[in-house]
Amino acid sequence: MSQVVNAGFPILTATAAVPAIGAILTAAVPAARRTAAKWLALLVSLVTLALAAIVLVGFEPGGDRYQFVESHSWIKDFGVRYELGVDGIGVALIALTALLIPFVVLAGWHDADPLETKSSRWRPTQGFFALILAVEAMVILSFEATDVFLFYILFEAMLIPMYFLIGGFGDRAHAGSDENAAAQRSYAAVKFLLYNLVGGLIMLAAVIGLYVVAGNFSLTEIAEARASGQLEMATNTERLLFLGFFFAFAVKAPLWPLHTWLPNAMGEATAPVAVLITAVVDKVGTFAMLRFCLGLFPEASKWATPVIITLALISIVYGALLAVGQRDIKRLIAYASISHFGFIIMGIFAMTSQGQSGATLYMVNHGISTAALMLVAGFLISRRGSRLIADYGGVQKVAPVLAGTFLIGGLATLSLPGLAPFVSEFLVLVGTFARYPVAGIIATTGIVLAALYTLVLYQRTMTGPVKEEVRAMPDLRVRELAVVAPLIALLIFLGVFPKPLTDIVNPAVTHTMSDVQQKDPAPEVEAAK
Amino acid sequence: MDNLIALLVAAPLLGAAVLLCGGRRLDKTGHWLGTLLAGLSFVIGAVLFADMVGKGAEDRALHQRLFSWVPVEGFQADIAFQLDQLSMTFVLLITGVGTLIHVYSIGYMEHDERRRRFFGYLNLFLAAMLLLVLADNYLLLYFGWEGVGLASYLLIGFWQHKPSAATAAKKAFLVNRVGDMGLSIAIMLMFTTFGTFAFGPVLSSTGESSEGMMTAIGLMLLLAACGKSAQVPLQSWLGDAMEGPTPVSALIHAATMVTAGVYLIVRSADIFNAAPDAQLAVTVVGAVTLLFGAIVGCAKDDIKKALAGSTMSQIGYMILAAGLGPIGYAFAIMHLVTHGFFKAGLFLGAGSVMHGMNDEVDMRKYGGLRKYMPVTFVTFGLGYLAIIGFPGLSGFFSKDKIIEAAFAKGGTEGWILGGVALLGAAITAYYMTRVMLLTFFGEKRWQPAPDPDKAPGVEPGIEVHPGEMPHPHESPRSMTIPMILLAVGSVGAGAFFGIGDRFVKWLEPVTKFEHGHPPIGAAAITSATVAVMVIGVTVAYLQYGRRPVPVVAPRGSLLTRAARRDLLQDDFNHIVLVRGGEHLTRSLVYVDHTLVDGVVNGTAASVGGLSGRLRKLQNGYARSYAVSMFGGTAVLIAATLLMRAV
Repeated sequence: MSQVVNAGFPILTATAAVPAIGAILTAAVPAARRTAAKWLALLVSLVTLALAAIVLVGFEPGGDRYQFVESHSWIKDFGVRYELGVDGIGVALIALTALLIPFVVLAGWHDADPLETKSSRWRPTQGFFALILAVEAMVILSFEATDVFLFYILFEAMLIPMYFLIGGFGDRAHAGSDENAAAQRSYAAVKFLLYNLVGGLIMLAAVIGLYVVAGNFSLTEIAEARASGQLEMATNTERLLFLGFFFAFAVKAPLWPLHTWLPNAMGEATAPVAVLITAVVDKVGTFAMLRFCLGLFPEASKWATPVIITLALISIVYGALLAVGQRDIKRLIAYASISHFGFIIMGIFAMTSQGQSGATLYMVNHGISTAALMLVAGFLISRRGSRLIADYGGVQKVAPVLAGTFLIGGLATLSLPGLAPFVSEFLVLVGTFARYPVAGIIATTGIVLAALYTLVLYQRTMTGPVKEEVRAMPDLRVRELAVVAPLIALLIFLGVFPKPLTDIVNPAVTHTMSDVQQKDPAPEVEAAK
Repeated sequence: MDNLIALLVAAPLLGAAVLLCGGRRLDKTGHWLGTLLAGLSFVIGAVLFADMVGKGAEDRALHQRLFSWVPVEGFQADIAFQLDQLSMTFVLLITGVGTLIHVYSIGYMEHDERRRRFFGYLNLFLAAMLLLVLADNYLLLYFGWEGVGLASYLLIGFWQHKPSAATAAKKAFLVNRVGDMGLSIAIMLMFTTFGTFAFGPVLSSTGESSEGMMTAIGLMLLLAACGKSAQVPLQSWLGDAMEGPTPVSALIHAATMVTAGVYLIVRSADIFNAAPDAQLAVTVVGAVTLLFGAIVGCAKDDIKKALAGSTMSQIGYMILAAGLGPIGYAFAIMHLVTHGFFKAGLFLGAGSVMHGMNDEVDMRKYGGLRKYMPVTFVTFGLGYLAIIGFPGLSGFFSKDKIIEAAFAKGGTEGWILGGVALLGAAITAYYMTRVMLLTFFGEKRWQPAPDPDKAPGVEPGIEVHPGEMPHPHESPRSMTIPMILLAVGSVGAGAFFGIGDRFVKWLEPVTKFEHGHPPIGAAAITSATVAVMVIGVTVAYLQYGRRPVPVVAPRGSLLTRAARRDLLQDDFNHIVLVRGGEHLTRSLVYVDHTLVDGVVNGTAASVGGLSGRLRKLQNGYARSYAVSMFGGTAVLIAATLLMRAV
């Protein structure tokens, strides 16, 4: 594989260019050929997956920090460069993104079919899949960008396709009238846009500030200059710049109290788009915290840690409690995600090897487990036409496979050992506990609350007497099973044997730990080996 | 030999995978496959046992390392097994009793359309339970620990269409998760203290850390044990768990899984030995629970719930013994094994009775069954004699040793714990005699079968014709043979283990052993144990054997009424946790919607008028305004950049 790299083939650009070109082609498919557009989108996402697999296999964990590096001058006057490179964390997240998109496409196969009653003004199906591919391209490129300005552009640009995906293709299962549904959908879409725009604007200020201080936008150059002492930053400047970046990422991640856009967006969007939001796009936020906040502003990161850990802790407990109180299946999963993002952010800022490895694994595992749970929930909702938990009951009797896969997705969400999220959650807990014992102990209440909201959801929808309205519900179809089965297999595999992932992530974590000049707390006594 | 250990776990795991993924074509043969693989695991266990017995006492432990589970800087967690005498004891108990209960279930679940899945879950349970007792580190133990919790959840809720079963399953999992918090924190403490959580390094270095740290770890492990073993204050789930099919109650909620807490404490002996305060807490929990369970057992009319109270109480004995340190560890495990035989036998007997009685569980509607179900009567009767500690039977040997050891703790504590254990023995004799008399003796109090639509509490495995009187009959041989074998164990195991201290010597290399010296002679304690048993039996006979038993329970004293409601623990939980929790989450939902959302929007409003825009969102103009503004900006930025780039 390294021959590919040596030959100078821009593999990283390719991973983003393929879905980008695919998006344009998909959008261009004639109106009558809806099905062709779907197959094209699926094909493009699979080619992207293959390219991501090449990156994954070709990446050498023991090699340079950033690999497959590409660098071209872009805007000379400002020192903006088209500069790409991946470390282990980036590779893991590119793999996650490329992996999930085919399932998102497959799960959303009929979500954008024109309604029979209405004649379509434009080509919704083509648009839907083109937008998904566009998001994929921008997300992947943002995991690769090592130029701060390039990253900023992508960070902002991905809002556009996301906005149209949320606002234009809502969940058809809606309690209110069509008009009401449309109003709530556009409310959710605009709320998503405005929250993230405000975050982005503040980040833009910080990006410009960074340029003023550092004179260029290159992540690697700035970090090197900082480490070698060539680039001094006044304490207050560093803190302000840090806050500017962090705010934008905390909106996207999202961190309490900036989270309220997420339940609206995930509730109103179709299930595959909800997966796109929480499992893929939001990961850019947590990823950027690791790469930009810790990498560029190590001192300020340490300064802000107590507050961030506290907010993360609030997210964990608050998100879980809110999930318990939800009546809408998708909003419940959204609040569960808020709780999980709390874990990820806590792991990042605990600044221990276990915490950061755990946080990175958590990003991947949360993506897979939420995708499994949310997509099955979407299949369920599409059958009954309602998102309300109270409208279900006894589904396991009529659709045992659907119920079984839903349960496994739920068990992954509550971090059952044997499934992937357990490994990452336990690492985050241990890593946090080692430095902040009280925070670690409070966070463990999350494992009880997660069991509560998951099992209550399962009980109310799947068990008990069969409700009249679900009596004729069909079990999972082949297409749906093809979406869920691989995700479940992956959850089990990574739960028992996460080594392939940790091997890639560990060296990157070591680099980050040295960026912030932190060492793991030593155990109290050296145990006899 | 080492390489066989993984096969112990792999056999039932394979069964679970095949049965749960295999689909309907396995409906006809699935139960045989499940039973066969459970039996295979037992055979492997027996081979390993024979090999172990052939070696010297000190080098019997076997190790097998498969691969590194979570390889992260500074964090070593392996998938690796350790088979020593303690684990071996459990392996034989789990696979032995487990296989018998698989056989029993073939008959018991014959009419259930989901029998294949039932056997899949049973196999999953065996695999997880074996993982729990074979793990060589606490994190892998945790894997098995939650795995058995999952199997328990699936099996309690096996008849998911019954709301009561689904609720009971969820409750069991949730209460156990509270205990799991304890195990998580204990592992984290071990990690920060020793830098590892493998049994070997942790348990051999306990002396190098402080007593305070060991106490903290010990108390967290105790919390975990309370959850899994249904000890006060986390006992409330066990009674409800009887919603599961009866073989499940016998295997998981009597013989094996609920004793995992005892295993955890005995396995962590070195930690507790270094933390006297934690040990004291363990004994207190055990003593309180043994009374609590016994009192609840006296008041229940549901035969399975009476037995569940008894299980709680008997595990209380084991936990009490485990808290006594090296004078008690071996006896805790010995009672655990004998209890495994007689309590599994009693539950299977109860299942057999229900099988013959239209799935009636109310003992007030039994009566006089000894003539109709002779095998069940004899095997249940032997289990009964064993649990009340009738001289010569299993329970006599193991319980008497625990009572002796409790007195031997010395001082006031010794007298209190010993007294409680004696009192518990009297109550045990009372409630078990009550069960025996209500079920097998006296007048027939049988009632016509209820209408299943009106009484959804009926086990759906068996066809019930509303209004039909029960025709009690002996169960098929696949059910009676396991009962007979367990009865043999109930009779003989105690004497086999106890005479010549055979069991103590077997476990000594692992758990260490010290002879306790009770302040009064051992003979006196044994006489007292027998005397209180006779008193308990006599009182129960006077109350239930001499007088006719009313079919509808009398109102009863305040204590009786409280005991029927599990001593009001559920009412407390409901008011404080359930209601309180509902209020909390509901108010938080409100706060999130109005306050958090409002404040964030409001703050933004003071900066950029965001709130006004958000409020006017229903208005299409604002929306298109926001979008066009954003779109325009984006296009401008893009255009400028492109121009500059050229």
